[in-house]
Amino acid sequence: MDKIWLIIKREYWTRVRKKSFLLATILAPLGFALLMGVSLWLSTQGAEEKTVAVLDETDVLQTRQGRALKDSPYLKFKLVNGNLETAKKGLDSLKCVGLLHIVAQDTAQLRNLRVDYYSDSELGLISLEFIKNSLSEHVKSIKVKKAGLNETILASFETSVEVSPKTILKPAKDDKSAGSMRIYVATALGGIMMFLIYIVVFIYGNMVMRSVMEEKTNRIVEVIISSVKPFYLMLGKIVGVGAVGITQFLIWAITVPLLYMGIIFLFAPRLSELANQQSAAAGDVNINKINAIMAELGSFDYGSIVIFFLLFFIMGYVLYASLFAAVGSAMSDDWGEGQSLTLIIAIPVILGFYIGTAAIQNPNGNLAFFASMFPLFSPIVMPARIVFEPAWWEIALSLLLLLANSVFFVWLSGRIYRVGILMYGKKVGFWEFTKFMFRKE
Amino acid sequence: MPAILQLQNVVKQYQNYRAVDNLSFEIPEASVFGFLGPNGAGKTSTIRIITTITKADGGQILFNNQPLSPTHVAEIGYMPEERGLYKSMKVGETVLYLAQLKGMKKSAAKAELDLWLKKFDISSWYDKPIEELSKGMQQKVQFISTVLHRPKLLILDEPFSGLDPINAVLIQDEITEMHRNGTTIVFSTHRMEQVELICEHIVLINKGKNMLNGEVKAIKEQFKKHIYKVDWAGEGFSIEENAPFVPTTAPNAANFNPAQSLYIQLKADSSPQAVLRYLLDKSVNIVGFNEILPTFSEIFIQTVENKPF
Repeated sequence: MDKIWLIIKREYWTRVRKKSFLLATILAPLGFALLMGVSLWLSTQGAEEKTVAVLDETDVLQTRQGRALKDSPYLKFKLVNGNLETAKKGLDSLKCVGLLHIVAQDTAQLRNLRVDYYSDSELGLISLEFIKNSLSEHVKSIKVKKAGLNETILASFETSVEVSPKTILKPAKDDKSAGSMRIYVATALGGIMMFLIYIVVFIYGNMVMRSVMEEKTNRIVEVIISSVKPFYLMLGKIVGVGAVGITQFLIWAITVPLLYMGIIFLFAPRLSELANQQSAAAGDVNINKINAIMAELGSFDYGSIVIFFLLFFIMGYVLYASLFAAVGSAMSDDWGEGQSLTLIIAIPVILGFYIGTAAIQNPNGNLAFFASMFPLFSPIVMPARIVFEPAWWEIALSLLLLLANSVFFVWLSGRIYRVGILMYGKKVGFWEFTKFMFRKE
Repeated sequence: MPAILQLQNVVKQYQNYRAVDNLSFEIPEASVFGFLGPNGAGKTSTIRIITTITKADGGQILFNNQPLSPTHVAEIGYMPEERGLYKSMKVGETVLYLAQLKGMKKSAAKAELDLWLKKFDISSWYDKPIEELSKGMQQKVQFISTVLHRPKLLILDEPFSGLDPINAVLIQDEITEMHRNGTTIVFSTHRMEQVELICEHIVLINKGKNMLNGEVKAIKEQFKKHIYKVDWAGEGFSIEENAPFVPTTAPNAANFNPAQSLYIQLKADSSPQAVLRYLLDKSVNIVGFNEILPTFSEIFIQTVENKPF
């Protein structure tokens, strides 16, 4: 039916060439890049060294007994002597940003270390935290020694736990899947996909509704449907607006990763410097963690994930977009009324989002299963579940149910649409409206 | 004249009322046809059935002797009373879009559009967004989009409402030319003076029923009350019992000089000749003698407020 094609083209081009579309499509990745760039830049800026003077007249920290304060790459401690006044005056010549004065206090229990910080400039949050942690650790080791305990033995009490997933009936995958990282990564991925569909349905579903209302408000709809059946007009709109959404997403899908890589590349030298400093100082497994995450990300079967994502996305969009079209057609010129009707459609979308969040915590539980089958929720919940590799028949069933329901909703909305678009002004009772819907046409 | 459109016992039922009630009439091909009726008579419902926007619940409609179907969409042009175009689209692309929806090929539509823009002297508007046009300008564009695909049947619902006199004449001339070229023009209007001027046939519907239809001339004859206006110069005259006429009130409260004019109504079995003879016998200096046919406004009111035939 080439008339639908005409409608699709018009819906597509009139939106894609609008300034607002171009702005949103270009600004969003740029904004993202800016955000990333600035935060990375800031974090590299934070690598400026600061020195803080420490005055401990009563040697609470026992530095005179050989217990040295631990520095960090960004913040160094410098012990000073003398009294408070001279210490305060001597800050500039020592190139210190401030003075930590360990106040004379009772060191018997020392549950709370009192420290004054003298400075005319603010201490940043990170520096503050570092100082607190550092001093806390320092005092802890004093207490350990005082209690006559051995530091090494104490450290041996810490236990890290690693849970390795194994399968029973399902064939075991190769080594790559053995990591427990997988769960975290899968959860994040599922969450992202869920969020994407949620956003898409809202933004583009809304676009369809406004398009319907525009035609009603400016009265052109009557002319159009003297040439084309209302159902085809509605379909053309849904497909056209969907195409706009896909275009925008494709542009983002290409530009955002490119920008991301570009920025990382830009900051790469600095970042690796930092990483080396950090791992040396903290002795943490940060780098290992990142590597593990990367490995997990690489182990997913992206081919099938993308395909299923697209399928659910398309059908979910069609289902909700047709509902939005129906609502748009039923609304009178009073746009306020429309908001409340929109909310009614929004409810299953929002519900789906929340249920999906819960389902991700327990991807194979009952809630997740039924939510991923129920057609109003499945476009949001099932894609999130897919990264957890549910049984193929579950995916197939979910798709089938969604397809059947999408078709049903499109048909139903078509009937509402064809009646609603010709109704102006006079308020039709709800039941009358329903009866109108089912007349033969 | 063959009929381009025939409605036979058409019914349109809404939940608690019947908008179109066993309506039958014909629209002769290449005629100028008036589609009249008071508000709520069922005109819009009928028009929507004719333009395939909605389907009838009963009866049938024949277009050129074939049952009306979506294939006839390309041969019908429709300008609804509620006018509107896409605000953000440009003039050229709007008209082309609407023409293509009617089944016209883009190249043919473009050529035709260029002709019309030139005809109306608005070629510079091609790339203007609709929202930048005034209401009258938009109506011109809408008119062009209605007729671009050269429909055989053109349905215009209150086409002159909102037009200034210059644009009204412009559109009127185009309609006249299309009529000359064989297009059937259907006017739905409340403006009876226009009906008088331009329509050849009419149908008057009320409460979804056919109250009156046929040739305008014939209908006027049907409704005539044998009223004449006599103008004379000089002295007046008296009217005896045996005069073949009776005086009557001026039908439209027209400005006239009762000293020199009189409206009369013929008695039964009388004739204009008898009146003239009577007056001449009285040596009345007759300067004018005209039949006053009923206006369509009067016919409309009388039909709508009385029972149907």
